[in-house]
Amino acid sequence: MRTLVAAAIGLGSVAAAVVASAEPPAGAASCTGCHPASSRVTSSVPRLAGLDRAAIVRAMQDFRSGQRAGTVMDRIAKGFTDDEIQAIAAWYATQK
Amino acid sequence: MTTTRREFLKASVAASTALLALPAFAQGSGPRVVVVGGGFAGASCARALRQADPRIAVTLVEADATFTACPFSNVVIAGLRELAAQQFTYDRVSAGGITLVRAMATAVDASGRSVTLADGARLSYDRLVLAPGIDIRWGALPGYDEAAAAQMPHAWRAGEQTLLLRRQLEAMDDGGLVVISAPANPFRCPPGPYERASLIAHYLKTKKPKSKLIVLDAKDAFSKQRLFQAAWAELYPGLLEWVPLSKGGAVTSVEPATRTLVTDFGRHQAAVANVIPPQKAGRIAEAAGVTDRTGWCPIDPATFESTLQRGIHVIGDAAIAGAMPKSAFAANSQAKTCAAAVAQLLHGATPATPKLINTCYSLIAPDYGISVAGVYQPSGGQLAEVPGSGGVSPAGAPRATRVAEAVLAEAWFRTITDEVFG
Repeated sequence: MRTLVAAAIGLGSVAAAVVASAEPPAGAASCTGCHPASSRVTSSVPRLAGLDRAAIVRAMQDFRSGQRAGTVMDRIAKGFTDDEIQAIAAWYATQK
Repeated sequence: MTTTRREFLKASVAASTALLALPAFAQGSGPRVVVVGGGFAGASCARALRQADPRIAVTLVEADATFTACPFSNVVIAGLRELAAQQFTYDRVSAGGITLVRAMATAVDASGRSVTLADGARLSYDRLVLAPGIDIRWGALPGYDEAAAAQMPHAWRAGEQTLLLRRQLEAMDDGGLVVISAPANPFRCPPGPYERASLIAHYLKTKKPKSKLIVLDAKDAFSKQRLFQAAWAELYPGLLEWVPLSKGGAVTSVEPATRTLVTDFGRHQAAVANVIPPQKAGRIAEAAGVTDRTGWCPIDPATFESTLQRGIHVIGDAAIAGAMPKSAFAANSQAKTCAAAVAQLLHGATPATPKLINTCYSLIAPDYGISVAGVYQPSGGQLAEVPGSGGVSPAGAPRATRVAEAVLAEAWFRTITDEVFG
């Protein structure tokens, strides 16, 4: 850890790489506008943190294709590529 | 953590040996980010900065002890919700390690990297985030000044104005004429005037059915227009009349003493007049030199850094965010994007290309909701809608869909206010 901190102070790019790994991928931070970040909130919209990665991917792909009816997710899912969906799903799956 | 200003300043001075050529993190102590404005944009950003990196010293500057949310304030005007349900304190925000400074920011020294408060005190920063929301362009509509707002409320910044408009509607006799004046683009909450018209119409229909509502509009088109108009024909026939620009809808002056709205085509003397006036970025933006001739703030679409002043970011309603509307959801989405970018920039790194989302619900009646959604990314120096994404609720949907969206609208409000203030 000490080495890492020393390296981070010396090289901005190393520090950036450390920070970047914890950062949500493109689009992910916006989801909690509707999907509660906290379990305190009562909503029929599911919390995403800790959900199964494959389940998030499948839901997004089905909303995007129209296979699954949505109220707003059908319109939002169309704005994301397969790679972006994979990254968002992987990130939320590891959140608590 | 609520620090007194004196303690805070002492700490700022101690940490202010600025070596601006180096990334802030390389300078030893945690970098300082000052956020001005504690609404959906500013409070979200302050929290997201702490989440992105707890070593960032975040100071939130906000003059008011309580935030009053605009979304759902039209329901308050219609008498179906209390203003208290719109109000949030900063207790939990400051408990999360953010230094709350209750003061009005009056000036920014962009080259010296400091914010001046109303009492003359200065806060130094490595990066500044301005989230000042809107100010009214007093006098831009002839006759509409601050005194006029006491007669003809705008109710476009929630709080006392919201209650004033509600009281005026409650005091009005059945059979009265209510007039809403809607401004030209851009303005806060594009579907807001039409949601307000809808919910006032609902109030009149249920409480004062002989009354009439006219919307005088400076535009020929508006957000979710077809959905609004279809619902108005169904729910409020003969009660609500929308007059577009091309039919003489643009209000050219107002006469507050008689609650009269003047257009090129005539004069409307109202029992209750709601003037939604032309707007601009909140005052501090102009003082900081980040507004252009439009009165709003041009920004880099990936970082929300001002294109006019380095080191200053602008988020929320004050920013020119391309295709993104001036909404609470957009403000929250921009705040989190900006926070991630600021954290990267403080490390001397290049922020990733972001993607942002907006979702806005409008109520046409308490159990009739519609929405618009969009996904945005930087394109050609602006935030542009991702082709093929987004759109409004389906036309001709069954009533159950409208009921479901009204329920989702309330869930959205609980969710976002919990994330920002809870």
